[in-house]
Amino acid sequence: MNTFAAVLMVALLPCICINRKALKQEAGSELLYEMKGALELLQRVSAHADASCWYVAWSPAGTLLASCGGDRAIRIWGKEGDSWECKSVLADGHQRTVRKVAWSPCGKYLASASFDATTCIWKKTNDDFEFLTVLEGHENEVKCVTWAPSGNLLATCSRDKSVWIWEVDEEDEYECVSVVNSHTQDVKHVVWHPTQELLASASYDNKVCIYKEEDDDWGCRATLEGHESTVWSLAFDPEGQRLASCSDDRTVKIWKESTPGDGSTDESWKCVCNLSGFHGRTVYDVAWCRLTGALATACGDDGVRVFREDPTADPEQPVFFMSAHVPKAHGQDINCVSWNPKEAGLRATCSDNGEFAIWKYNSDS
Amino acid sequence: MSGGTRLENANPLIFQRSGERRLTATDEDEDVADPIDDREIFDIFSKSINDPEHPLSLEELNVVEQMRVNVNDQESMVSVEFTPTIPHCSMATLIGLSIKVKLLRSLPDRFKIDVHITPGTHASEDAVNKQLADKERVAAALENSQLLEVVNQCLSSRAM
Repeated sequence: MNTFAAVLMVALLPCICINRKALKQEAGSELLYEMKGALELLQRVSAHADASCWYVAWSPAGTLLASCGGDRAIRIWGKEGDSWECKSVLADGHQRTVRKVAWSPCGKYLASASFDATTCIWKKTNDDFEFLTVLEGHENEVKCVTWAPSGNLLATCSRDKSVWIWEVDEEDEYECVSVVNSHTQDVKHVVWHPTQELLASASYDNKVCIYKEEDDDWGCRATLEGHESTVWSLAFDPEGQRLASCSDDRTVKIWKESTPGDGSTDESWKCVCNLSGFHGRTVYDVAWCRLTGALATACGDDGVRVFREDPTADPEQPVFFMSAHVPKAHGQDINCVSWNPKEAGLRATCSDNGEFAIWKYNSDS
Repeated sequence: MSGGTRLENANPLIFQRSGERRLTATDEDEDVADPIDDREIFDIFSKSINDPEHPLSLEELNVVEQMRVNVNDQESMVSVEFTPTIPHCSMATLIGLSIKVKLLRSLPDRFKIDVHITPGTHASEDAVNKQLADKERVAAALENSQLLEVVNQCLSSRAM
């Protein structure tokens, strides 16, 4: 090796060491990494006229996108050639804003949660969707609906502070099997663990609850405290070992379950990473890509951000750095971000201006 | 809110209305886009919002004071601090909601609107502020036709 290369290596070596050390002390500092990632806008669609687009969800096959909004409608979008076109409009299901939509794991059903206090179930028939049934019971606005990976369970949550768990049988019959009241305020979001029958909920009471079934009874088994304001959304990592939460306190926290070595069943979740200083306003949604492990956020400052994990960091103290940032991705607040389950890097976001946008994320530009 | 119930706030202090804003040269120039400033925000709602219990403008009731309005046109941000007329006024949330709705309807979509109670002036200010800041709660509340009707009454101009 020539002298120049040797000198360069010697010069660079201490810098690399210093970077790693500094990272461990200052998790989340964006100054130590260049933002090597890039977000490319593929298409912008005006989906819900004169109303907020509150949520977007990819079908399990990744070929359809469902959107819902303040115009009380759900729209199903599919790609034709290079552009996303509206395939179906489900307009008669709800009397008020449709807040969230969720696909069943098999892709044959769609559930929609509404401010009209009901959850509708729609069944896919050929190219269209037909109304199957309505789940009633919540006292006021339903804020979220989500299907368990098994396809047999559904969870909903509401401003009435409760989380409901529903079972669905082979005859498309839905039955509520549990009502859990662990939160003291409006429950904003519920999400199932990717592999276990475990549910997490996020609330206006600033806490996250973890639910498991024990002796035929669903109950809150752990409460995660740390956020200083409303927790808006949650996302499990691809393996289900960690949970990301995002909040009105402008931070994203990563939690990890730690089981004590003495074999007792008492589990506790600890906050192992705190991403603060990146978001200018409320963080409304967080999404963890199953394919790449990238973490995306939707923020009230109109920006979209993607975070990547430092692969060299201690797993008990993960470090995330901001890989890409588009400051004014939409003209208004971004309500939702969703990674395509089949195509790596493909992402959808939606906004209060009624639009959704499709993006391509590249980790090394 | 029937007419028969005794008004909670029967003798509000009334402050002198500040004079009409004097126009400057740039205000008159048609070619210069008017940036949105503090006084304009104040004008938007102070002349038209009514305290639900009193047919006087909020400015006259000292519910909102001009110096509590903060506008940053470049950053598209508006922050309004309002002082409820009495500390235990149960109408604080409704007044705050009405202010927020008026601004949402009057300002361009790009604006981020923060409405909160002047610190130290209300027993439940944290709870009220949190509700006003939660856009999902605000959106859902405005879909309630009864509440929307009350808010609209609050906002209707008293000038005949």
